[in-house]
Amino acid sequence: MAYSERVRETYQQQLGGIKDAGLFKQERFIHSSQAADIEVEFPSGSALKNVINMCANNYLGLSSHPDVIKAAHEGLDTRGYGMSSVRFICGTQDIHRELENKVTEFLGTEDTILFPSCMDANAGVFEAVLTKDDVMISDRLVHASIIDGIRLCAAEHDTFKHSNMDHLEKKLQLHADKRFKIVITDGVFSMDGDTAKLAEMVSLCEQYDAMLFLDDSHASGFIGKTGRGTHEQCGVVGKIDIITTTFGKALGGASGGCVSGRKELVEMCRQRARPYLFSNTVAPVVVSGVLKVLDILSASTERRDKLETNADYWRKGLTEAGFVLKEGDTPIIPVMLFNAKLAQDVSRDLFDEGIYAIGFFFPVVPQGQARIRTQISAGHERHHLDKALEAFIKVGKKYDILGKTKQEIIAKYGK
Amino acid sequence: MEEMKKAILEYIVEEYLEDDDDEITFDSPLISGGIVDSFSMVSLKRFLETKYSISIPDEKATPEAFDTVDSIATVVNEFVS
Repeated sequence: MAYSERVRETYQQQLGGIKDAGLFKQERFIHSSQAADIEVEFPSGSALKNVINMCANNYLGLSSHPDVIKAAHEGLDTRGYGMSSVRFICGTQDIHRELENKVTEFLGTEDTILFPSCMDANAGVFEAVLTKDDVMISDRLVHASIIDGIRLCAAEHDTFKHSNMDHLEKKLQLHADKRFKIVITDGVFSMDGDTAKLAEMVSLCEQYDAMLFLDDSHASGFIGKTGRGTHEQCGVVGKIDIITTTFGKALGGASGGCVSGRKELVEMCRQRARPYLFSNTVAPVVVSGVLKVLDILSASTERRDKLETNADYWRKGLTEAGFVLKEGDTPIIPVMLFNAKLAQDVSRDLFDEGIYAIGFFFPVVPQGQARIRTQISAGHERHHLDKALEAFIKVGKKYDILGKTKQEIIAKYGK
Repeated sequence: MEEMKKAILEYIVEEYLEDDDDEITFDSPLISGGIVDSFSMVSLKRFLETKYSISIPDEKATPEAFDTVDSIATVVNEFVS
């Protein structure tokens, strides 16, 4: 046996270090389907508790929608459970191509290729289309999966300050000698809930002959007046060269993702992207569910409109209560607490009050920017938001942070 | 050495700090303190190599060696002839 005591002890020490640093992640077991009201076992072995979920990516409330479940059942009955193959051997069904075409139409691009997840799409896309003669210039707050994709690619890499267009322009000038330049950004930044300045980025990319990459995972389905994403909101549909997005959030919440954009780049992914070539096809049941989601969203903007109204109501309520929020106009609304322990304590007290909202702190967010990230859903009704607000105010009063500025909270709790 | 440290500090403030960030000094922890993420070190390394006409091998450009302006200056000095 090669797993000796020395090896075991090394890992035990590492895990102990994670625990000592207060960074140990513990899963909370949910016994119900995903929704605004969920039944949670936490800590493990505890009695089930009914809580309001304020931290799911279930923006449109479609994760457990009856029409989506019905479509998934039909997919299961007609196309089976699994394909036991990657796409290019014998894993492509008619519905896979149907979904790629529907996503292309929905996002207003030229073509689309499905991936097992958006994490895989981001991990595979750069290596598939760039070489060592190129440069990738990314916003400093892009998602971890993009960072992994960048690491796997031979092209040079540089960054620009978050949403700072002057800094981006300097970097485009600095790398003028490269064969291709690609600017990389999230559409909605998942930790802060702010939106990329896509219109300015498109014009900078046109000026400096650079391609533009957008991860719209926290936007597809609900940002923009018909929910197409940040490119719709910013008036640049058709001008983004690569969009990656997920079906694991607003678009049904199961799994799967895609690369959508210029047809040659999509085709390069089909030929070269390793997570596409070497992992299984998206399960037929998931494809069937996402097809139904896109039908629902193409027929009506009702759900994204309700989400917008809910998010405005929640942001206004928290602001009036005196919390410090990150500015933005998306359903990601971070309540800033700055101190990591305070964020954990507030999250625990909220849970006791029947509200499920998680604390985030370094290294997930920058040092001194600990927070409770709340995420609003079209599945929330007004009574959910009112109850959650009541709980936030009760806990906020306990820690005396209501009406306090960032400086006052840091003075009291440190950062 | 002092001039070099000032130039490195100035670059880091310009390149990495936001307007509302606290001021930093020669011994502020940059990477372990979350000011420079290890991924963004690439542009710092490129700046040093261009400014001082040197080439710093990757094994010398570790997050530990680049954690303060003081330690960065020590690394750069090794390669400046």
